[in-house]
Amino acid sequence: MNQYLLSTWAVEGGVERAPGSPEEMQAFMQRVIALEAEMEVAGAFAFGGALHGPDAATVVQLGGDDVVMTDGPFAESKEHIAGFYIINAEDLDAALAWADKVVAAIQHPIEVRPFRATGKVADNMPTA
Amino acid sequence: MGAGDRNSSGVENVFREAYGRVVATLVRVFGDITLAEDAVQDAFVIASERWGDGIPPNPAGWIVTTARRRAIDRLRRDARGRELLQDVSYTLQEQEGRIDQGLVQDDQLRLIFTCCHPALRTEHQIALTLRLLGGLSVDEIARSFLVSEPAMAKRLVRAKYKIRAANIPYRIPADADLPVRLRSVLAVMYLIYNTGLDDPERSSLRAESLRLTRALVALMPDEPEAAGLLALMLLNEARVPARRIGDEIVLLRDQDRSLWDRALIQEGRAIVRACVRRGQPGPYQLQAAIQAVHSDAASSADTDWPQIVSLYDHLLELLPTAVVELNRAIAVGEVDGPTAALADIDAVTSRLEEYHLVHAARGEMLRRLGRFDEAQSAFERAGALAPTEPERRFLNKQIAELSAGR
Repeated sequence: MNQYLLSTWAVEGGVERAPGSPEEMQAFMQRVIALEAEMEVAGAFAFGGALHGPDAATVVQLGGDDVVMTDGPFAESKEHIAGFYIINAEDLDAALAWADKVVAAIQHPIEVRPFRATGKVADNMPTA
Repeated sequence: MGAGDRNSSGVENVFREAYGRVVATLVRVFGDITLAEDAVQDAFVIASERWGDGIPPNPAGWIVTTARRRAIDRLRRDARGRELLQDVSYTLQEQEGRIDQGLVQDDQLRLIFTCCHPALRTEHQIALTLRLLGGLSVDEIARSFLVSEPAMAKRLVRAKYKIRAANIPYRIPADADLPVRLRSVLAVMYLIYNTGLDDPERSSLRAESLRLTRALVALMPDEPEAAGLLALMLLNEARVPARRIGDEIVLLRDQDRSLWDRALIQEGRAIVRACVRRGQPGPYQLQAAIQAVHSDAASSADTDWPQIVSLYDHLLELLPTAVVELNRAIAVGEVDGPTAALADIDAVTSRLEEYHLVHAARGEMLRRLGRFDEAQSAFERAGALAPTEPERRFLNKQIAELSAGR
């Protein structure tokens, strides 16, 4: 079983075609809850979450002998990850089938990206 | 080069004929494209060393067996490979010593759908299919795409990396996914066919793409566009014997139609008729219908040109491209004369500035109008852009005849 990151992106803080009215929001929530239940039943749901905006981010890095922190996101770009699922899927076609459903539910483009490895590094070390 | 130094034409023939099938089989067994390619490459190098005394009775089987051994040797060299070997050992035992034709055909279809997966960009799909199924060298593909060999090599590496990293499956898609997946496969097949049509050196690509398209039609009998593409290829294929005299190109209007292959025309036309009855027209079916009209005619003058223009009108609705507009304009020349055609050609020229055939068509219409100086510069421009030597020679001949006719 492979794992894939399904990420949604916000552009300059806003998510295009995000639900506007309370009714739209309610319909959106219902679609997402139904989809997540379907993922759960199928054993596809590994993790998911919605992120605060890039203004809430802090970058921590080595600066000489000290660890330096700076306010703001790492990448100064217009686009930022807004939320994501990590799903279990047999192969890319299976992951893309979930991606179709996620796009239909959230009405927003997503990026599907395979994990090279998941879990603890120690668990992924060669046994030989 | 795929076949080592290729000093033996026997090895080279087997390479051209069998490469795609052999790689597809190895990909199924080992589930890894790069390993399959490397092992098949090794096997052809060994063949070129050992086949000096004669080609074995079943050369493709010999290559598969040898490549499989080489792949196992390669896998044994590292720990991950040894793990993988345990997974494939069952398949290996099952396969030892025999090649099931049905299975081999499925192997190729699986690999086609992998190579033409919509998660890969189109130029990568085409490059992979030509490399893995057609057996073209990286350099040959690079030349047909007008990019450098290192750039093409990089493209192939990236495409194979994505197949492996994203785990694009080796599988014939489920019914629900077939229409979308098929569209990219058909586009790639047609491009391969045309590569074989344009270059006599690569004529085996025609047979290869026809064979694969037939297999696709058998797999998807309810998909009219697959049938349409097959009909289009068959009707083009029927004219191959008349397309050249020696190395010289002969245009459709000048071809000796008695050389056309009647059996292929019958087959192509029967498919077109079945498509018309089905009533779900698509771009390939309409292009096949246009070719069927040509194949009906005893000569260019006897051709039902108004019918061809009307089919192009329909095609333009479904496929509104500049190349379709250009082809329609050429047909208009046969119905309404060169002035009307030239106006239509001029309307698309700016969008096809680098396409030699737009300038060749302009040259032809200008010649018919007696505007010889302009015709000459159009043919010269076409010649400068023409991708193959026979086309350049053909265009030079047009220029020479222009001077002689004045």
